[in-house]
Amino acid sequence: MEDVILELSGLSTHFFTDQGEIPAVDKVSFRVHKGEVVGVVGESGSGKSVTSLSILQLIPSPPGKIVSGSIRYKGEDLAKATEKRMKRIRGNEISMIFQEPMTSLNPVFTIGNQMREAIRIHQKISKKAATEKAIQMLKLVGIPRAEDIVNEYPHQLSGGMRQRVMIAMAMSSDPSLLIADEPTTALDVTIQAQILDLMKKINKEEHTSILLITHDLGVVADICDRVVVMYAGQVVEKGTTREILKDPQHPYTQGLIRSLPKLHGREEKLYSIPGTVARPKKDRVGCRFAPRCEFAFERCFKENPELYQLGDGRESRCFLHTEKKGERLEDATTNT
Amino acid sequence: MQQPILEVNGLKKYFPIHGGVLGKKVGEVKAVDDVSFQVRPGEILGIVGESGCGKSTTGKSILRLIEPSEGEVKFEGQDITTFGSEEMRKLRKDMQIIFQDPYASLNPRHTVEKIIGEPLLVHGMKSKSERKKRVQELLEVVGLSAYHASRYPHQFSGGQRQRIGIARALANNPKLIICDEPVSALDVSVQSQILNLMEELRDEFNLTYIFIAHDLSVVKHISDRVGVMYLGRMVELTDKEKLYEEPKHPYTQALLSAVPEPDPDIVKERIILEGDVPSPANPPAGCAFHTRCPFAMDICSQIRPEFQPVDNQHFVACHLYDGRQ
Repeated sequence: MEDVILELSGLSTHFFTDQGEIPAVDKVSFRVHKGEVVGVVGESGSGKSVTSLSILQLIPSPPGKIVSGSIRYKGEDLAKATEKRMKRIRGNEISMIFQEPMTSLNPVFTIGNQMREAIRIHQKISKKAATEKAIQMLKLVGIPRAEDIVNEYPHQLSGGMRQRVMIAMAMSSDPSLLIADEPTTALDVTIQAQILDLMKKINKEEHTSILLITHDLGVVADICDRVVVMYAGQVVEKGTTREILKDPQHPYTQGLIRSLPKLHGREEKLYSIPGTVARPKKDRVGCRFAPRCEFAFERCFKENPELYQLGDGRESRCFLHTEKKGERLEDATTNT
Repeated sequence: MQQPILEVNGLKKYFPIHGGVLGKKVGEVKAVDDVSFQVRPGEILGIVGESGCGKSTTGKSILRLIEPSEGEVKFEGQDITTFGSEEMRKLRKDMQIIFQDPYASLNPRHTVEKIIGEPLLVHGMKSKSERKKRVQELLEVVGLSAYHASRYPHQFSGGQRQRIGIARALANNPKLIICDEPVSALDVSVQSQILNLMEELRDEFNLTYIFIAHDLSVVKHISDRVGVMYLGRMVELTDKEKLYEEPKHPYTQALLSAVPEPDPDIVKERIILEGDVPSPANPPAGCAFHTRCPFAMDICSQIRPEFQPVDNQHFVACHLYDGRQ
């Protein structure tokens, strides 16, 4: 397809620690199309953040290393790109915003100073022009008194405002893809609503594709077109937002949705998945979710299930689908 | 009507701000500003609000872990703000707390047995073997095993640690437990386990909870009645069905509309509030919410609205409902 912006194929990122090799991301494949918002959902330890950091080669190495797979951005494999090339990609082509707007900004420089630096790395313009560009970007993300804010320090802004500054900085070089790693997790709900609205506006008006990493299925429902569900380093299910939330196929996704307390309607007792999230381990035999799965049978503990294609781009990693109609995916690197 | 187990009247907590070369008091942060409510025996009262609204300070002031500046806290009819430290120590047997961060609230150098056994020792269980037996019993109650007693906190996951925190709170058979964000540090799949456990324990031991959290869906699930706080004040308090289906205060309405729900079929008319929460060191005059309120009138910036019943047992502090009591 022409309009694929980003394509991950069999990406594996391992950490080499004293406790041995940890496959934090294990053969992850998915695509992001132009103008699309794709959500990567999972609990802590699912590998969602490591996936997003791998794309921009921001994994500290050692101990981390991309051991196999490719990251194709507009056809170019970023997994093989040089550091010099990556510097051009970061910010210019792909920007990233993080969870903690407090720690992502330098407390001893003004907002304008930090934004100018980011702008002038990527564009050869004068200091004055860069300041004007910074003010223009701050206005775009809805910051009032932008002319004054450029001369203020991060501590003078609230959490929501700092996250807006981060987004303004990320958008200043007009990237094709924005990676947002838990952008609203540290914010209150009324501020979260403002930031989600801003991201929707950017997606619609600037046609920026967004890869959103989150643990919150409510945020997913609000902004994402398609969803990738991860568990213990692997993709367990893929589909459109509606399919995943309304008709989840993998027992983990089903359990996750059923364990959420609802805001409307009544429920007596919450469903809960027994046990805790499995830590990724090398040479693990069997499905990673099997110890917590209520449908697990013998095979689940002996073999690793592949992703099964369920038609219309839906995939699910569960042996239950062998009993249903659905052809087996040859390899995790084939089409989505 | 049943006697309330806890009655909070006009509770205030002001933190002084020191400044200048001499460190003189230059102002006050009004963390909790005139909050009143009652808790009935056996109920779960939820308190929700955004960060800085004073919900945790309210919880800690009730236990006098933070000394309230003004107001009374009546536990079973007695005003505990007048109690001396020895009386207070005895009373803490009946009032316990569960903290948010299961990583920070357990001493890493102590075994689980020591952590859970400590409150037993403090409240007079001198025999070591008796304590050991009780600790094992408590571990079973919260879904852990007796052999966990000899382990250290770092050997447990977040959910298991929160179970240890709950076991510690239960040790002396309290009547009231204040739960300060007990599940917000946990993953969704573990969160539901802890919520279910807390409900089971409530039924089994006739407990009363004050459940403080920022997550509206979690509070909805577990509470019988819910109070909403904004900038140190209680703005609305009623039964959970009424609060979630017919919120009366404009802030509650905006808060509920801002929660993204994991259901693509729910199309919401979202009320986006402008700006941020004002600083509690310098709260707006009149109604604290008037700077962001879509329905603000002239009176709102001048006179602070009374927290009064609008409907049967539906308390709201808003001028829109003036003259409707």
